[in-house]
Amino acid sequence: MSTVAGPGMVVSAEQRKRARNVGFAYLVLAMVCFFVFTRRPGDAGFKISETSQFTLPAQGFGWALGIVLVAIAAAQLLRGLGKLSNVVLALATAAFFMSFLAWAAAGDSFSFVGMLQDTVSRSVPITLGAIGGILSERSGVINISIEGMLLAAACTSAIAASLTNLWLGTLVGVLTGMALAAVLAVMSIRYKVDQVIVGFAINFFALGITSFISFRVLVPNRDTMNNLLPVMPIRIPVLADIPFFGGIFFDQTIFVYFSFLAVAVTTWGLYRTKWGLRTRAIGEYPKAAGTLGVDVNKLRYRNLLLAGGVAGIGGAWWPIGIVGRFDQNITNGRGFIALAAVIFGRWHPVGALCGALVFALSEAVRLKIGNFDTGIPSEFLIMAPYVVTIIVVAGFIGASRAPKAAGQPYEDQ
Amino acid sequence: MSETLKSLRFTLLAVVAALVVSAFIIVITDIEALGNGDFGTALSTLRTAYWGLFKGAFGSLRAISNTITGATPLLLAGLAVSSAFKAGLFNIGATGQMLAGAMTGLWVGFAFQLPPLIHVPLALIASAIGGALFGAIPGALKARTGAHEVITTIMLNGIASFTVLWLLKTEAFKREGRDDAISKFVEESARLPRLFGFMGKRIDLLAHSGFIVALLATAVFWWLLRKTTLGFEMQATGFNQEAAKYAGMRTKSLMVVSMAIAGSFAGLAGGSEVLGLYGYASATVAGDIGFDAIAVALLGRSTPIGTLVAAILFGALQAGGRQMQVDTDVPIDLIIVLRALIVMFIAAPLLVKAMFRIKGEAKSFGQTFRGWGG
Amino acid sequence: MKFELRGITKRFPGIVANDQVSLSISTGEVLALIGENGAGKSTLMNVLYGIYRPDEGELMVDGKPIHFSSPADAIAAGIGMVHQHFMLVPVMTVAENVVLGVEPTGRLGSLDIAEARRMVREVSDKYKLELDPDAVIEDLPVGVRQRVEIVKVLMRDAQIVVFDEPTAVLTPSEILEFFEIVRTLVGAGRGVIFITHKLKEALTIADRINVLRRGKVVGETAPSATNEDEIAEMMVGRAVQLVVDKHSAKPGDVMLAVRDLTVVEPDGRTVVDGVSFEVRRGEIVGVAGVQGNGQTELVEAIAGLRRAAGGSVTLAGRDITGDSPRERHVAGMAHIPEDRQKQGLVVDMSIVENLVLTRYHDPEFSSGVRMNWAGAKEKAAAMVAAYDIRTTDPSQAASTLSGGNQQKVIVARELSRDIKVAVAAQPTRGIDVGSIEYVHAQMVKERDNGVAMLVVSTELDEVMALSDRVLVMYRGKIVADLDPRTVSHMDVGLYMAGSRPTAVSS
Repeated sequence: MSTVAGPGMVVSAEQRKRARNVGFAYLVLAMVCFFVFTRRPGDAGFKISETSQFTLPAQGFGWALGIVLVAIAAAQLLRGLGKLSNVVLALATAAFFMSFLAWAAAGDSFSFVGMLQDTVSRSVPITLGAIGGILSERSGVINISIEGMLLAAACTSAIAASLTNLWLGTLVGVLTGMALAAVLAVMSIRYKVDQVIVGFAINFFALGITSFISFRVLVPNRDTMNNLLPVMPIRIPVLADIPFFGGIFFDQTIFVYFSFLAVAVTTWGLYRTKWGLRTRAIGEYPKAAGTLGVDVNKLRYRNLLLAGGVAGIGGAWWPIGIVGRFDQNITNGRGFIALAAVIFGRWHPVGALCGALVFALSEAVRLKIGNFDTGIPSEFLIMAPYVVTIIVVAGFIGASRAPKAAGQPYEDQ
Repeated sequence: MSETLKSLRFTLLAVVAALVVSAFIIVITDIEALGNGDFGTALSTLRTAYWGLFKGAFGSLRAISNTITGATPLLLAGLAVSSAFKAGLFNIGATGQMLAGAMTGLWVGFAFQLPPLIHVPLALIASAIGGALFGAIPGALKARTGAHEVITTIMLNGIASFTVLWLLKTEAFKREGRDDAISKFVEESARLPRLFGFMGKRIDLLAHSGFIVALLATAVFWWLLRKTTLGFEMQATGFNQEAAKYAGMRTKSLMVVSMAIAGSFAGLAGGSEVLGLYGYASATVAGDIGFDAIAVALLGRSTPIGTLVAAILFGALQAGGRQMQVDTDVPIDLIIVLRALIVMFIAAPLLVKAMFRIKGEAKSFGQTFRGWGG
Repeated sequence: MKFELRGITKRFPGIVANDQVSLSISTGEVLALIGENGAGKSTLMNVLYGIYRPDEGELMVDGKPIHFSSPADAIAAGIGMVHQHFMLVPVMTVAENVVLGVEPTGRLGSLDIAEARRMVREVSDKYKLELDPDAVIEDLPVGVRQRVEIVKVLMRDAQIVVFDEPTAVLTPSEILEFFEIVRTLVGAGRGVIFITHKLKEALTIADRINVLRRGKVVGETAPSATNEDEIAEMMVGRAVQLVVDKHSAKPGDVMLAVRDLTVVEPDGRTVVDGVSFEVRRGEIVGVAGVQGNGQTELVEAIAGLRRAAGGSVTLAGRDITGDSPRERHVAGMAHIPEDRQKQGLVVDMSIVENLVLTRYHDPEFSSGVRMNWAGAKEKAAAMVAAYDIRTTDPSQAASTLSGGNQQKVIVARELSRDIKVAVAAQPTRGIDVGSIEYVHAQMVKERDNGVAMLVVSTELDEVMALSDRVLVMYRGKIVADLDPRTVSHMDVGLYMAGSRPTAVSS
């Protein structure tokens, strides 16, 4: 006997309300198309390789998209889109984004591929931080300290890599992440301290200690202890030659490949293995697993260490993957963005990757588009994903499901 | 031993433990001295550093003035976190609320010309309202949609920072002749009087009457909790939202009201910095105060007196830290480490118990966070 | 296999939960362990399942001592437990829940879900426990969830199966099915420990009965050698008053009128379906029903905690359908919520604060803005005395009180003012017999003072003893309006199960 409605059926008041909200959202986007994106004349050039580009007429595209969006909104509001609604939403969002770019670059051109390449690269620490968040929250421990793990790992891996080599540097970053994760684990599991408070303390600690080390140790010894050559992109043969996508996905550093691999492995692990089954169980209802002989706290310790290690690689991305050194507060809140990506992605690795890409995209867009005088301050561009996150959290978290046991210590005695 | 004494003892022990760990950090990062095997120099650096820390906090009238200056925004922002905690909400958004209050206070401060007796209170009220409105947003989001305040306040902090960055470059706020993000000066009539203004020439005594505002706010917070029906409702909701709802309290409105009250405290923190300390606003006007305020509230266990004591302690550490940085090569960032360690030890009384081999029951801070509500 | 507990003692700060308890169980028999709530049954089971370690005493398997340091050890020794609150992960499937901890794996630790399904089918076929391995737990009714729990235990090859209050959430017909399952298990050579506080069930199914009181085994008997009254007396230590002492009701004007009340869940399910009834001044109307048939939602809708999708609620002639809980309170409605600790009290606050939790806005306790704590303390002291709340200091946290005294705090707060209607949900759940009698007496007293009283309880005995009129709720509807003096328990039970006694059908 099942009370669950079939897919595509709009049954409850809650679902109807959501469908209506989405409909109104389409109307708002359409208005933006009509009143903003049609204001700047000229064609926009999207460079998709060194030599080729395609052009979009900014105004024409804005008008056309606006009309399409009104039609979609009407369909959504009048009878719902059923099964298609997610596909339509994704396509509409992508088209809206293209229209935005065309409007911003009207009468000019910019490197579209470069922007997307930059996006993928920038998503690495957010994705890996988010994987760290998912691993711990799925096992029932809230992880606010992703920021601290990223920052501390960035600092130690910079030092270790400057003194030895890139591999050892990355390893030290991993160990640093694990060390902070161990603090989170011991405090929240053994001493049952409020997990959000420990997380915050770890963030404070990491910020303080890395700034302290930066000024006291790294500044005086800049050349020997904070100076390294970051890794080069690795062109994957054949794949990198695919037009457009090749450059974006297959001519990147090893960090990018690792982060995609981490998403794939975590997804497989969580949903297809014994470890994943147990991990999800202890994050949802630890007692159920505990009474079946699963050692809940041991598994939480293990998963937290793993989470710290993954976040550590994310931290090592700054000195070893791109910048070549450590600067004070180099992460600048990316750990919190990773936390947002976790929630944005509903505690699913692929969802978190999408969230990370959205945030990274807004940064990349600001850097590429910021130069065009659009009349819109660049602050609003970088603010956009923050607003989107609030909308997502406000609109969907009621329907999405956080791991039930996250935040609660498990008493096995 | 009474409850208060016991918790005081744990607090003291936590501070001591944090100082010990920090000392260790100072010594092992003195790599030059240690590299030469010179332990004596490393230890003497430590002594100078800690002496500087004390001297810079309490060693002179100027030190005390600096401590007060540092404690003022920490106390107000700390109240913003404490009051939300009491209502069961984790307000990470003090930064954003401070910025909102700083901007509204700033605007009233430069846009009007009024006698000081009217201008100062008006600007402060504007700050409180600015903070309250911005603080009410996460409260309303949680009440209406269930969106967790931890995530929405983090996002709103970002939004506030970038908005301020933009506002400071607009014609309305921009200072003449400057291209960077820095505002006009507020009118002299809107400036908070300096505390040691009676000493005339001592312009190095920066402490301002924002501290009096902060003390009054602490008293208001105490009165709210102890003497009012609203305070009773907030605390009942904070302990057990469901029971509060069953008791006929309007828990959703209470969320909004509690966050607005919290936001008004933080708004005052922003306003007092602008109207008291700087006289203008820049993008960094809130600094890390919003986050430090979380530590203040935790250390003070969200009580009015506790928050006051914690804010003064943190203000002292900050003032002393600057002196320490001058006297030795130990950077002021050590203070952030110290604060983190204090919070950690306060939050984990069992750990402190184990470290100091104390017998008997340790009162834990308890779980304030009850999951994402998904 | 013979499993024994010898001289088990388990202490917690302030109490001795188990005091020198000894008992034994062999395969092929059913042992019923009977005791009141708080008698130490659950503690004992946690000891025997390796969750608690005993302070004294030992566990023996076939005469050899054995130590459990975790449930894994108990499982390995052949003990299986079906918990009162099901230990199932709601978002996972039946197969995933069943194999948790003994997962069949393929390469690289990957989960062999096909094998898991096969394992579930094998056990469910063998014991005739029909299950769909791919159903998600949260979509399943309680009875089916219990089957999942049983399959889980059997999968681990348990020789002794412990059931902790297994019938609490079942309908009478599901209970009969459950007894069949127990018989099948015993027939297959398993031993069953059946923990309950329901005497009739123990007498029906058990081979032997052990009675637990205040942490001690106070009696051992067999169903053939005893009767209900005798066991009840052993359970509580004195003769129990199975009837509530009251005169017949003198119903007056209609005080509470519910008309076509409908409540719909956010997910679209109708949980209260066009319910209508009246409660008159000076009568107690009881609502009987198996848990989860809409009683909780009905009470919440009457108290204003849930919006009615349709219908109306009238209090003393005034339509209060759209009123807030506070407005209903002011209009003269008292509400004793079903979960004392989660809904009725703020246990971290003082007894004084809890005594004014719903009344702080009355002029007696506040001026609207300012609290009058002096007045509150005075009144609280009076309530503590009048309602026999056992505490040394009313400024202590409510969490320091026993369950019975906590309930008295709520009863004192709700009934000690001028009220017209009182709605009580599960007013005596989980409290000691002395407090039960006290709470019942207070409710009868209020009835005699002219209050219209609505009592919702899943304890049929309570409803029958206390009420002047009994309504039965089944799947969101009122299916019967009965006179407890003329109707039998069995017939009410049939209504609760959704069937209609043949004698009364019309």
